[in-house]
Amino acid sequence: MANTTTEFDTIAAISTPPGEGAISIVRLSGEDALPIAGKIFKGCDLQSVASHTINYGHIIDPENGEVVDEVMVSVLRAPKTYTREEMVEINTHGGIVATNHVLQLLLSHGARLAEPGEYTKRAFLNGRIDLTQAESVMDLIRAKTDRAMQVAVNQLDGNLSRLIKNIRQEILDALAQVEVNIDYPEYDAVETMTTQMLLEKATTVKKQIEQLLATASQGKVLREGLATAIVGRPNVGKSSLLNYLLHEDKAIVTDVAGTTRDVIEEYVNVRDVPLKLIDTAGIRETSDKVEKIGVERSRQAITQADLVLLILDNSEALTDEDRALLTATQAKKRLIILNKTDLPVKLDEVELQQTVAPEDIIAISALTATGVDQLEQRIADLFWGGIDNSQSTTLVSNARQIGLLNQAKQALEDVLAGIKAEMPVDLIQIDMTRSWELLGEITGDAYQDELLNQLFSQFCLGK
Amino acid sequence: MEVREYDAQNYDVIVVGAGHAGSEAALAAARMGNETLLLTINLDMVAFMPCNPSVGGPAKGIVVREIDALGGEMAHNIDKTYVQMRMLNTGKGPAVRALRAQADKHAYHQAMKDTIENQPHLTLRQGTADRLLVEDGACVGIVANTGARYRAKSVVLAAGTASRGKIIIGELMYSSGPNNSQPSNQLSLDLIEHGFKLRRFKTGTPPRVDGTTIDYSVTSEQPGDQEVNHFSYDTPDSVYLKDQISCWLTYTNPTTHKIIRDNLDRAPMFSGVIEGVGPRYCPSIEDKVVRFADKDHHQLFLEPEGRNTEEWYVQGFSTSMPEEVQQKMLHSVVGLEHAQMMRPGYAIEYDVVEPYQLRPTLETKILRNLFTAGQMNGTSGYEEAAGQGLLAGINAGLRAKGEAEPFILKRSDAYIGVMVDDLVTKGTNEPYRLLTSRAEYRLILRHDNADLRLTQRGHELGLISDQRYTKFLAKKAALESELARLNSVRIKPSATVNAFLVEKGATPLKDGVLASEFLRRPEVTYADVCQFIPAPAIELDRRVIEQIEIQLKYAGYIKKAEERVAKLKRMEAKQIPENIDYDAINGLATEAHQKLKKIQPETIAQATRISGVNPADIAILSVYIEQGRIAKVTG
Repeated sequence: MANTTTEFDTIAAISTPPGEGAISIVRLSGEDALPIAGKIFKGCDLQSVASHTINYGHIIDPENGEVVDEVMVSVLRAPKTYTREEMVEINTHGGIVATNHVLQLLLSHGARLAEPGEYTKRAFLNGRIDLTQAESVMDLIRAKTDRAMQVAVNQLDGNLSRLIKNIRQEILDALAQVEVNIDYPEYDAVETMTTQMLLEKATTVKKQIEQLLATASQGKVLREGLATAIVGRPNVGKSSLLNYLLHEDKAIVTDVAGTTRDVIEEYVNVRDVPLKLIDTAGIRETSDKVEKIGVERSRQAITQADLVLLILDNSEALTDEDRALLTATQAKKRLIILNKTDLPVKLDEVELQQTVAPEDIIAISALTATGVDQLEQRIADLFWGGIDNSQSTTLVSNARQIGLLNQAKQALEDVLAGIKAEMPVDLIQIDMTRSWELLGEITGDAYQDELLNQLFSQFCLGK
Repeated sequence: MEVREYDAQNYDVIVVGAGHAGSEAALAAARMGNETLLLTINLDMVAFMPCNPSVGGPAKGIVVREIDALGGEMAHNIDKTYVQMRMLNTGKGPAVRALRAQADKHAYHQAMKDTIENQPHLTLRQGTADRLLVEDGACVGIVANTGARYRAKSVVLAAGTASRGKIIIGELMYSSGPNNSQPSNQLSLDLIEHGFKLRRFKTGTPPRVDGTTIDYSVTSEQPGDQEVNHFSYDTPDSVYLKDQISCWLTYTNPTTHKIIRDNLDRAPMFSGVIEGVGPRYCPSIEDKVVRFADKDHHQLFLEPEGRNTEEWYVQGFSTSMPEEVQQKMLHSVVGLEHAQMMRPGYAIEYDVVEPYQLRPTLETKILRNLFTAGQMNGTSGYEEAAGQGLLAGINAGLRAKGEAEPFILKRSDAYIGVMVDDLVTKGTNEPYRLLTSRAEYRLILRHDNADLRLTQRGHELGLISDQRYTKFLAKKAALESELARLNSVRIKPSATVNAFLVEKGATPLKDGVLASEFLRRPEVTYADVCQFIPAPAIELDRRVIEQIEIQLKYAGYIKKAEERVAKLKRMEAKQIPENIDYDAINGLATEAHQKLKKIQPETIAQATRISGVNPADIAILSVYIEQGRIAKVTG
């Protein structure tokens, strides 16, 4: 139960700078690089292709068979590689989100996240880099580690760490009980831990981990942005609103290639809620083009959106198109924006209120910027309030955490399989302990004395 | 008048102390062909059991088997002298099954003394080592209290709790070794002078009562096993003891606890008299009552001290209360109302060598050719002591013979390896006891496979006779050929096979399966398989059959553990040069720098186990070492 990090693990990391460029590279190094990549790659058998070739295919999430990204995979066999180990480089196209997902899958299937400077370290240890560079390798490791520690601390959310600590404590209680039964078989003041009890424990804990993993998608929203569509018939003020939001200079000015590569996404930050604006190009183009295309594109945008901002013209009566859009967005989280409040009112708000909650109707003037404040507040409320904020700050957010959680879940599945195969309790314990260790790696507490301390504080043992 | 020193004999190896560590150390060194001196304060206390009269139990029982496979004596000795044998944890998996014997403590001592006396190259002598002879940073012998100067190529210290020992019974306190023996008061001072860091530990023992005054009828009987088991792989089943002595179980009660609470001001543990750190897992009864105040009873096992004595050991009742209070406490216990106390329990404080000053060979880092073993290194328990004694004796013997390659047991080799690695890498803040949970590879470190793990190495050391080795090879061959056979013979889904499965409540076969697959089913035993396949060419020993069942049934788990071990072994192969200068390495974190300098790990793997040494520090260390290696090769 000592530190499980070893120099012989296969390591993985994203080796291109985050958020820049349309292609990212996820790199694997170590003796299991090919088999691990093979588990999530469809296209050809990576283990049988020639070295130093690049292979087209898709990354698939084995859990649900979903295509994560279209990729090019370089197979580089030892020793002619940077680290002189077996290496695989996965070129992703799907932007940072897909790239993160690829990394997370690798971490869930046997790779370990590379320590800072670890590729360079391996390159040196395997004789790839010359002696004069040794000092700078050491400096690099230390410098990167200091920064990475800072980042890791910042990323570990307080709620998440508390939750994981609770789960670990629950496992630890069970482990301690099993250990007491083993090391003090004649001690009768403790119930004998049966595999039935372990079954219950493993099932509960697994469920908790699955719930945590589910929050990963909310964490994803935070990273990826809330997909937001601005829709409305021509000339209601879509571009004015868009320009207003962009103009505020709150925009994150990166053009990230989206999953459908021809669509440009733009990001704005509204009261700490990142909005990924869908098809902003469409909004600009359709303002002076035929309506049909506009509506068609609106429908497409609506399907992709987590949030729809539907703009109506307050100075005109509702048209059929407006009604059609109202119907089309009914199932979505939406805000109805009544624009042009600077002009005389002609829209019948009563009709609107038959299908829309009053708090979701916001009157603004994009021109004079009145009411925009209210709109922003409502978006923030929607995000933190509407999208399950019961654990609003418990977010499993990075690939490492997701990878470790998945592995812990796998260990618990092994526990359940062992129980089914009628294995004795001390063998079941091995996988139970493994899940406890993996969870500890997330929070940074994984030391064996914890178990002994638990043993001797909980039970009165001795001769 | 001052004692006059004189030059006594020269030896290859000197062992100081003839407890469980010293006895093993001396026998191993002598059996390897070294002229060996075993010096002890009192010849009547060779391999004496001053505390509980038992050997084995979880983890410890496996150590005894490991000692046996390496050619040590403990297993043989207990097999000659037990009065009860019991296999614990039979309802659990094979990795945690544990054999435990109640010993006849007097017979145990006599048998070990007899073995030592009859061992060629081994001299047993009464005497106290007062100081070391040191030349150029190496220990070259010892000086006894009689003035005798003994010189040797290597020296093993196994002084146990005798080092400045102090017995405490309530307000009574006196200088003493275990069981009122002479303490060793000079050696500690000499060690301190040579730069060793010592600390005080504390342990204790319960009172003994007169068995003729115990009312057994109100306690519950704990008999020995009918089923045959011994510690040594050498002991034949035929000598299994039929006439075993039972233990008896009783409990403390609220009255006992009230007596203890009312007298806490007289308890040395709580009045501040005892400074030494006591073990958590071996607390005194007053400790238990205070720490677990909500419990209204604690188990007490009454254990016989031997066949020819009426003294009984009250397990669970370790105490350093005043004698008067101990008596009252005993009389409050069901079955002990009229028990006569024969010896009071006591606490003992003693010096230990901080074990981070040792190498994995148990040689000290401070003085070359000096080894320490047993309770002196901060452990507790006869088995832990014996395991270290054997290891230290082997290494002292190898050193005396001028062998360059030391004998090291890794964490994945043996429980002894786990213990020694824990001690030298992490140190200990309390008397260290082995527990199965300390071993990360416990599925590999089983009591049933200690011979498969270690006999080869015992033979290479010259501690396992050719005759025994041949027997071992035959067992191994039988095991391998039968496993191969089960992996090739198929069982067909015949009516008899499926009738058998249905009767066991299992799903019947549809297609034929390998016999090994068939045996993997939880409800199937080897004997069952044999009904459906031809008999093996030779009749198999029960231990071979046990191995077959374990290796097949738990194959998946064993394989996983072996993969982890393989990784660890590669890390263990990465040596850290002995003369490494940690001050010259830029970039190590301060804590890592201090710890590495203090502990001086021998391999990268050991370094990773030091708390406070992070992966980045390991990375920097690896790069630094590689840099030095390249510089040496090219420069």
